[in-house]
Amino acid sequence: MSYLEVRNLTKRYGDFTALGDVSLDVGEGEFVCFLGPSGCGKTTLLRAIAGLDPQSSGTIRQKGRDMSALPPAKRDFGIVFQSYALFPNLTVTDNVGYGLVSRRRQRAEIVRRVDELLALVGLTDSGPKYPAQLSGGQQQRVALARALATSPGLLLLDEPLSALDARVRLRLRHEIKALQRKLGVTTIMVTHDQEEALTMADRIVVMNLGAIEQVGTPQEIYRRPATAFVADFVGSMNFLSGTLAAADRVRVNGHDFACPLQDGLAPGTAVRLCIRPEDVRVRDLPADAVNRVAVDVAELDFVGAFCRATLRIRNAADMVMTADFSSNLIRDLGVEPGRQLDVALPPDRLRVFAA
Amino acid sequence: MSLAAAVRLRATRLSLSGDELAMRAGVVVLALVLLVIVGLPLWSLLAKGFEDRDGKFVGLANYLAYFSTPALFDSALNSFHVAAATTVIVVPLAFFFAYALTRAVLPARWLFQGISLIPIFAPSLLPGLALVYLFGNQGFFKGLLGGPIYGFDGILIAQVFYCFPHAALILTTALATADARLYEAADALGASKLRVFSTVTLPGARYGLISAALVVFTLVITDFGIAKVIGGNFNVLATDVYKQVIGQQNFSMGAVVGMVLLAPAALAFVVDRLVQRKQVALLTARAVPLIARPKLGRDTFFTAFCTLISVGILAILGMAVWGSLIKYWPYNLSLTLDNYDFAKVDANGWDSYVNSLEMAAGAALFGTALMFVGAWLNEKTRDFFLMRGIVQLLAFLPMAVPGLVLGLGYIFFFNAPGNPLNFLYATMAILVINAVAHFYTVGHLTATTALKQIDPEFESVSASLKVPVWRTFVRVTAPICLPAILDIAIYLFVNAMTTVSSVIFLYAPDTKLASVAALNIEEAGQTAAAAALCVVIVITSAAVKALHILADRFLLGHLQVWRRR
Repeated sequence: MSYLEVRNLTKRYGDFTALGDVSLDVGEGEFVCFLGPSGCGKTTLLRAIAGLDPQSSGTIRQKGRDMSALPPAKRDFGIVFQSYALFPNLTVTDNVGYGLVSRRRQRAEIVRRVDELLALVGLTDSGPKYPAQLSGGQQQRVALARALATSPGLLLLDEPLSALDARVRLRLRHEIKALQRKLGVTTIMVTHDQEEALTMADRIVVMNLGAIEQVGTPQEIYRRPATAFVADFVGSMNFLSGTLAAADRVRVNGHDFACPLQDGLAPGTAVRLCIRPEDVRVRDLPADAVNRVAVDVAELDFVGAFCRATLRIRNAADMVMTADFSSNLIRDLGVEPGRQLDVALPPDRLRVFAA
Repeated sequence: MSLAAAVRLRATRLSLSGDELAMRAGVVVLALVLLVIVGLPLWSLLAKGFEDRDGKFVGLANYLAYFSTPALFDSALNSFHVAAATTVIVVPLAFFFAYALTRAVLPARWLFQGISLIPIFAPSLLPGLALVYLFGNQGFFKGLLGGPIYGFDGILIAQVFYCFPHAALILTTALATADARLYEAADALGASKLRVFSTVTLPGARYGLISAALVVFTLVITDFGIAKVIGGNFNVLATDVYKQVIGQQNFSMGAVVGMVLLAPAALAFVVDRLVQRKQVALLTARAVPLIARPKLGRDTFFTAFCTLISVGILAILGMAVWGSLIKYWPYNLSLTLDNYDFAKVDANGWDSYVNSLEMAAGAALFGTALMFVGAWLNEKTRDFFLMRGIVQLLAFLPMAVPGLVLGLGYIFFFNAPGNPLNFLYATMAILVINAVAHFYTVGHLTATTALKQIDPEFESVSASLKVPVWRTFVRVTAPICLPAILDIAIYLFVNAMTTVSSVIFLYAPDTKLASVAALNIEEAGQTAAAAALCVVIVITSAAVKALHILADRFLLGHLQVWRRR
């Protein structure tokens, strides 16, 4: 039995469907990210789980208990908002202890728990300070400590890092992930930042237009995107339009490419053939390499650690794709605009979607 | 059944926590309170207009009588005439004054701003009295106007004094929120000063101008004190209501005139709300505030302009003060405090002043509590849209209702024989209730604005931490909003101190208020004593305001350490 079961959740605002029949399972101790563009329904789903914006229909069970109709105060969760929602007139200590005071705990016990939490988030000395005296990253950690103070069974993070600058964000990613592992608290984080989702999550739920596109580990999402939307939204992807010539061949502008076996699609279907820029092979191509094509280098964009090349397939000038080449490769092979190259598209790296 | 309807039926309804139930109950209670202190009195007034003197329903007969009585209908035209003239004069003056305060570098800017606010602390009859001293039959400058001061001219001058700060405040706010980047862009494009003014400054202040014009127009139409003191035979709507009710005891006709008075005020209010709704995102978070740089010619001009305005305001106030200190105008100009011995001219003596203090303090105390808690309930209760909408409507209604009209409604409602609340009639309590109701909208808006600026997720966090909402209200929300709470209390106190129109029908002999006493004393011909009482009111409200500013600076500085970075 999973820790959190979401079944057929639908949320409507008038005629607009923010969530359409969403079902999802989250295991105990798991770190799950809801990933998607703005307006995809990820925050709506999170707020429905918290009971802050109740669903129009559907059920939510936590630890087997039906929470669907419970108000937020009767559910078991801690939450961190994008704005942190720290109480500005209370000290860090009072903020963190806010949920403990009303539970009639002993004063000494509260002090001990607050100290423990502040140590946990690395803010031992900041207890007497007010939120306005802290940096954004520190405020974020106070909000996290406050949410964890009452040891909730479920931690909800609503874009917790998006208000921070890039460097702090990187550091906090690791800290939050490490903290979550240490405490083993089941966690759901909403984010629109794919890198954040890929580095932090045990599993990613990719959402679009109020529906779930794919649920999987970061590797699965990146390597085997289930839909064209996921392929496009996560990482960079080349899309080449063609038709399915046979169950394992796609014809693009007269070129035939071998691809993984397509069970679901009938030959003759219009498809899109996908490959990530870093999967385009150039070095050490055997003469009989599969999916070998001759290309012209049209442009070369310096990105820092590598160069992104725009390649035009020979005899099919409107077929363009990009490929990532390391600096070494560019030096060794003398890649420059105008140069002809032979590249291969490894079949196991190709994905095919109905157009 | 359509699919959508079926789905709607299945829609999940969260069970209510104890907190939420309590808050909903609170909203219902608030709606009932507002219904009793605002809705039902107005309803009684409306109904009264369709009854004859014996309470029989007569349809539109009273209205027909009203519109076919030239004397009464002329008053309406007079009201419009003087209101329009005042608006045309005040708005440009206030605009340039506000422009000077916000866009020029003035020496002693705070002093100019402070002086411009003085009229707010005075009952409206004060400028009337001052004008009587200056231009009246025995005035210094009698004849300078080419005619008697009593009438259109007198009302106009006094109204300009009385309305100026209201327009200046609105326009200062409108002009203060300017984006420096727009001016830099205009400069970079080589626009002339005049072009910048007409394409950047004026459009930016457009809504403020409309708002100021509507406020001034409404103030003049609904004001009673000035027309009473210096109107002479120039009848206006407000004095007509008074005459019908107090003079002729014709309550039905009073109600009809009241409705006629209500119409323009309500219309102005609706237009203002529509205009305000359009004013969004003029100033984005990324805007760069405009800070005026010294420029000799412009600054000298505006300093002179502001000095002129300030001298005008001080002259009128000064005349009232001086007049109150003079033995026997204009024959014996030696100074005396005799006029401040109110027992000589009014049986109540200083009691009316004490009554005013009690009433203002009561209104500030109970009104602030009701408005803030009410606004909080209405903001923070989830769903429950219908009831919250009713509260919102009832909270906005008083703004559109002239004090005189609300007061009249109070007579009809609370004095009705069958009303269980009848015991309130002719008590101090009804004066406090009336003041709270009359000034409800501004307090409610101030509280709502302050609450909207707070992170909306505080309640969500509290719920997730299982902390009851009242605890978050006491520990977080109310402390954060302390400045707004003080603002509301001071607003209520000052307005309750100075108001004439909303209480003129409601006082009993032992609950007479200072502003009403001043009016009665003036009516009895004791101008100096009336001026003295007005001066006492000005000093009291200004002192309270000064205390408020000090409290804001020092007390809050200590209490609200957390605001510092």
